[in-house]
Amino acid sequence: MEPVFAVLTGIFLSFAVYLLLSKFIIRMLLGVAILGNAVNLLIFTSGRIMREVPPVIGAGLDVPAGPTANPLPQALILTAIVISFSFFAFLLVLSWRAYSGLGTDNTDAMRVAEPDDVQPPPLGY
Amino acid sequence: MAVSTSPADLSAALVLQPVAALDWLVILPVAWCIGIGAVLMMVRHKGFLQPLIAVAALAVLVGLDAVLLWHVAQSGPVTMVMGRWLPPFGIAFTVDLTGALFALTAAVVALVGAIAAIDDINASGRRYGFYPFLMLLMAGVSGAFLTGDIFNLYVWFEVLLISSFGLLVLGSEREQIDGAVKYGFLNLVATTLFLIATGYLYGIFGTLNMADIARKAPDLRDTAPLVTLTGFYILAFAMKAAAFPVNFWLPASYHTPRIVVSALFAGLLTKVGIYALIRVSVMLFPFEREQLSLVIAVVAVLTMLTGALGSLAQTDTRRLLGYLVISGIGAMLAGIAIGGADAIGGAIFYALHSMLVMTALYLAAGLAARLGGGFSLINLGGLYRDHPLFTALSLMLFFAVSGLPPFSGFWPKVMLVKSALDSGAGWLAGALLLAGFLTMIATGRVFLLAYWRPAQEGSATGQAVLPPMALLPLLVLTTLSVLIGLFPETLLALIKSAALTLDEPSAYLNSVFPAGSAP
Repeated sequence: MEPVFAVLTGIFLSFAVYLLLSKFIIRMLLGVAILGNAVNLLIFTSGRIMREVPPVIGAGLDVPAGPTANPLPQALILTAIVISFSFFAFLLVLSWRAYSGLGTDNTDAMRVAEPDDVQPPPLGY
Repeated sequence: MAVSTSPADLSAALVLQPVAALDWLVILPVAWCIGIGAVLMMVRHKGFLQPLIAVAALAVLVGLDAVLLWHVAQSGPVTMVMGRWLPPFGIAFTVDLTGALFALTAAVVALVGAIAAIDDINASGRRYGFYPFLMLLMAGVSGAFLTGDIFNLYVWFEVLLISSFGLLVLGSEREQIDGAVKYGFLNLVATTLFLIATGYLYGIFGTLNMADIARKAPDLRDTAPLVTLTGFYILAFAMKAAAFPVNFWLPASYHTPRIVVSALFAGLLTKVGIYALIRVSVMLFPFEREQLSLVIAVVAVLTMLTGALGSLAQTDTRRLLGYLVISGIGAMLAGIAIGGADAIGGAIFYALHSMLVMTALYLAAGLAARLGGGFSLINLGGLYRDHPLFTALSLMLFFAVSGLPPFSGFWPKVMLVKSALDSGAGWLAGALLLAGFLTMIATGRVFLLAYWRPAQEGSATGQAVLPPMALLPLLVLTTLSVLIGLFPETLLALIKSAALTLDEPSAYLNSVFPAGSAP
């Protein structure tokens, strides 16, 4: 099972990187969304996949009777999902503000903070 | 797995004794910052209350961190686990001297920043939450310095990152939005790289507790791809710390927000990256760091030199300082590349010095802009004639950042150069000295043009006099820098033992897993 997920993670990651390399913010946003999911899959696969046995301890026992699914990666992914979703939401709003304020979503044209016609500092006085 | 009979012996899984009163200090800085942040959020429409509460709360935070440092210096690393689960199951907060020193310095920087913000942040900035964001930023920074769990470290990174977004866009000028887009995307990629590395680490180790990782690493070294993993971590943290090939988000964004925000960022954010890099590469994976040391050294030299050369090319004083932040990061990376207690101590010392001095330099640039009417070196001038005290303070800071005695930048530079020479890396020592020299030229030119040169005809002029309150933050930080430069013994002793604990982490491991306890 893990090799299939590993390949899937690789495909997700390559899509994300390809989109993030774009000049246009809207594509970068899609890349960020896919990147978050790729990492979640990666953590899930790292915890080893076991489908049938839920991590529930039976009545009268202190430890599970046999190997169970690993609950920790699910907790980690839950945290990561919350974080990546909130970041995506923030970046989405920020990109909208940038688009309406700067009139472009091309990162090459976003030169307000770093104008390219700055005079060099004076050499003397 | 063996099935035990009820009633269970809980002592193997849970902490049953109540936690010692002083040990609560481990978690208190974080809880305090989050709590006060929430209170400030509730009173966010009362503009006059905000700074009062925030400054008082940050003064308390400095006190808490100072007592924590004293406690750790007295009794070695201290551990507290969440929910009473014994490590490695519970999330552990483990504080050693390194973490405590960084946390204390960060608290001092934040306190000074909060005082400086009384003047610099207007009513609208307060209403939009400058102080709550500052407290949450400090929660993230303190959490990152104090935690002993690598996934928890990731969570604190995100806490401080999202607060820094809030601070960065405060005011919503066009420059800020532009800078924030670049800052946001690139930092998100950096923390995601950190998360990817942590996912692999969990796959290899099956644990996230740092002490547990450090303990298990020697056994896995032959079978697991730990060098690749360490390389991932170094890339992620180098990006957070703004090391050379992945640092372009910093000069693109640090000059855009209010000057107090820039000052806080310069003091706090990149140093969290350096701290995490030291923690992971020195304490968790020392052998892998050894193998990658040449790579780190080359990155360090490039970071130092490109930072210093970049600062020479800038007209805007804030952008110039941004490049100096980068140059300083290079010096710390050099310490990590050399390795060994002395060099790591030099890197820690340099980081603490840089937190104080870079914050002060940004504040000084802000005051110079208020007095001289702008940040451009073309228009500034005549500050020396009208404001001798401010000029003296600025000059001291320029000397400090260049690493001249008797200021705080001198000792870490000495430690780094000496350990570079001792390890036979003369070129690294030469690069350190060259970067210091170039920094001296860059800051010297700022002094020449903005302070010494007569005021420019026809250029915009600022305020004629500064209120004495405005100089107070600068005065505090400069005094600290001079005191560290003149009396470094106590701090040096602390830093040396901090670096020893990192280099040989048995005390750290003992604190998390007391002798005899099984994983």
